[in-house]
Amino acid sequence: MQSLYEKPNAFIDTATHFCPGCGHGIVLRLIAEIIDAWGIRGKTIGLAPVGCAVLAYNYLDIDMCEAAHGRPPAVATGIKRVHPDHIVFAYQGDGDLAAIGTAEIIHAANRGENITFIFVNNAIYGMTNGQMAPTTLLGQKTATTPAGRDMVNYGHPIRVCELLAVLGGSSYLERVSLSSPENIRKTKRAIEKGFKTQLEKKGFSLIEILSPCPIYWRMDANEAMKHIDEEMSKTFPLGVVKDWEHKN
Amino acid sequence: MTEKIILAGFGGQGMMLLGKLLAQAAMADGKQVTYFPSYGTEVRGGTAVYHLIVSNEEIFSPIIEEADTLIVMNQPSYQKFKGMLKPNGLLLLNTSMIKVNNTPDATIYKVQATEIASKLGNVLVSNIVMLGAYLAIKKLFSADLILDQLQAMLKGKKGNLLAINKKALESGMQVIESA
Amino acid sequence: MKQLLTGNEAAAEAAIVAGCRYYYGYPITPQNELINYMSIRMPQVGGSFIQAESEIAAISMVHGSAAAGGRTMTSSSSPGISLKQEGISYLAGSELPCVIVNIQRGGPGLGDISASQADYFQAVKGGGHGDYHTIVLAPSSAQEMADLVYDAFDLADKYRNPVMILGDAQIGQLMEPVEFHKKLKKNLPQKTWSLTGAEGRKRNIIKSFYPVKGQLEEFNAHLQRKYKTIEEHEVRYEAVNIHKADVILVAYGTSARVCREVVKKSRRLEFRVGLIRPITLWPFPKEIIRKISEKVQCILTVEMSAGQMVEDVRLTAEGRCPVHFYGRTGGGVPTSSEVIKKIVEIVPDNRAANTLLHLAEVR
Repeated sequence: MQSLYEKPNAFIDTATHFCPGCGHGIVLRLIAEIIDAWGIRGKTIGLAPVGCAVLAYNYLDIDMCEAAHGRPPAVATGIKRVHPDHIVFAYQGDGDLAAIGTAEIIHAANRGENITFIFVNNAIYGMTNGQMAPTTLLGQKTATTPAGRDMVNYGHPIRVCELLAVLGGSSYLERVSLSSPENIRKTKRAIEKGFKTQLEKKGFSLIEILSPCPIYWRMDANEAMKHIDEEMSKTFPLGVVKDWEHKN
Repeated sequence: MTEKIILAGFGGQGMMLLGKLLAQAAMADGKQVTYFPSYGTEVRGGTAVYHLIVSNEEIFSPIIEEADTLIVMNQPSYQKFKGMLKPNGLLLLNTSMIKVNNTPDATIYKVQATEIASKLGNVLVSNIVMLGAYLAIKKLFSADLILDQLQAMLKGKKGNLLAINKKALESGMQVIESA
Repeated sequence: MKQLLTGNEAAAEAAIVAGCRYYYGYPITPQNELINYMSIRMPQVGGSFIQAESEIAAISMVHGSAAAGGRTMTSSSSPGISLKQEGISYLAGSELPCVIVNIQRGGPGLGDISASQADYFQAVKGGGHGDYHTIVLAPSSAQEMADLVYDAFDLADKYRNPVMILGDAQIGQLMEPVEFHKKLKKNLPQKTWSLTGAEGRKRNIIKSFYPVKGQLEEFNAHLQRKYKTIEEHEVRYEAVNIHKADVILVAYGTSARVCREVVKKSRRLEFRVGLIRPITLWPFPKEIIRKISEKVQCILTVEMSAGQMVEDVRLTAEGRCPVHFYGRTGGGVPTSSEVIKKIVEIVPDNRAANTLLHLAEVR
């Protein structure tokens, strides 16, 4: 009998702690698939953030390090200086990367740290029960924007890829989503491109992944996927923002 | 033997270097030494003061409560630190920039260090003129030992400065010896 | 060969000698000589130097390099050390070895740039959140700075724990002859727990998060057992003239040098003044202070703070003798005459006190 679908070896067989319809499990699985396919388990080190994905190391069977909230870019920098030829990636959510860790991500990008950042943007703080994220859409209702995010009091959603693109040290920036099987395949290719950027020592790479949070978006799983395509993608357009292979 | 020296001037008058040369010489001579800079928030200008202790015994507190010697380069430093000198201590003044009205209870030597340095062709060596004068008075170290330290510091691009520093040291010594 | 170095430079070079190859810092007076020195030396020895975007980033980079198995260090001064507390708590919670140098300056807030010992509580009681300790070493000279920084790396590795060097502006900037007695150990012990890529082995995880009920309590119990071992084995102090002393001074770092001067000045008297200088502030030298408190008329703790270490001295003396305090704050350094005057105030023996007062007057 032909096997069409198997659990990657680097993906640990355990019960998930993520909520139904959450995108984190998909992204972590994609990473595990790449680690298997490339045979890089022995030379990969990952960073787990603070937030919903803090337990990323419960799923990925590789050496991993926790970091304080927002600090994965700095911690990853410290790891990469010790192991410059390893693949080091940091897995971060929107609060971690674009709010409390803004300084760290900007300066890691500006130094051109040869590290891959997997930035899961679901426009909400899931772990703390649904508060506003720096990427929360204008008008979006959250626990701390009960009347919807208005720009006067709460500012604007931060477009991380575009923000980092102006820095001399960033090499590859792409925004993808998990809204369809096709988009998930694109996400995998983007992560592969990030790792390739690192292996070829081209510097800082970041893949921003628009990911569903049906629980705190107050939607069902299908509606959440539709919301990514129809609403989130307007504020956060998909595509390559910067690529060292194709100077734009 | 314990010699406690306070060095003071405005930032840029080279008091740091003066003290460092003495400290290096003391170390080379096998003596105990502590050298403490105490500066304000200013990078240039302002008053710079240094506490230098040279001794044959172990030095505990590097902060001088009462100095054996006070070397001062300008008027504000003189006003500020003259009270730190012990009675009959050595007061070495750069009289190019200091006017003394009341004669303090001290052994005073006056050196026109800024003028002498200018005549030598570089006002920046006024500190070395003062160092020469100090050596001639206290005879803590030989001029050669100081010149060794200077040579070690003025390596490479700065090597051409050695000649004028040597002249400055000698001029300072002459002021005392010919007085 | 002896070199005339500031305490800051001595700390930096000693770290290099100890095999530290990963230094991350952010400029702040009065520790700038250290970061400047590292920017020159690290590339020379094939190490890593980063001027980080903040103190928080610098300590997080230390976290990364420590997790990856490197010998790593950061340095700062009081306000910057406050910023590092988040990282220090995570380092302690992740059991990561590293060295943190605090060249204390006056506080609170921006304070000033002159010497202070007002970060004692922060250093020895943890500093960040959670039940943890850093090993705290307090040098009192440039030479001792070099020696303690070297030892700090070994202690950090031995116990998988952050070690703090608690200096001050005077220790950092005072220039003294320094000799680097020690040579780099060629084969540092393998850190099998570190992150090197899980090639042919089970993966390693560096973390401080224990969300499953009971696990965190168990982990804390492990930490406390480790701290107890450290308290039993790593106490260091210097005792001067304590035999048959009437008054014992307790002071560390810069204050201890002043007190050492006081001991020297009082040597010729019948009245005996001794000094206990804690070198490890945590673990605190409890045993010697407990013993001495049974024998002396009183203890005087001298600090450049409003009275911090004195609390530990009192907790240790447990009322067996009076424990007095003399302190200067906000950049003030006590003088030996001030300390002698304070001794005169507190000593019950008038005759001895008079002799001492005389000594204070003649200086």
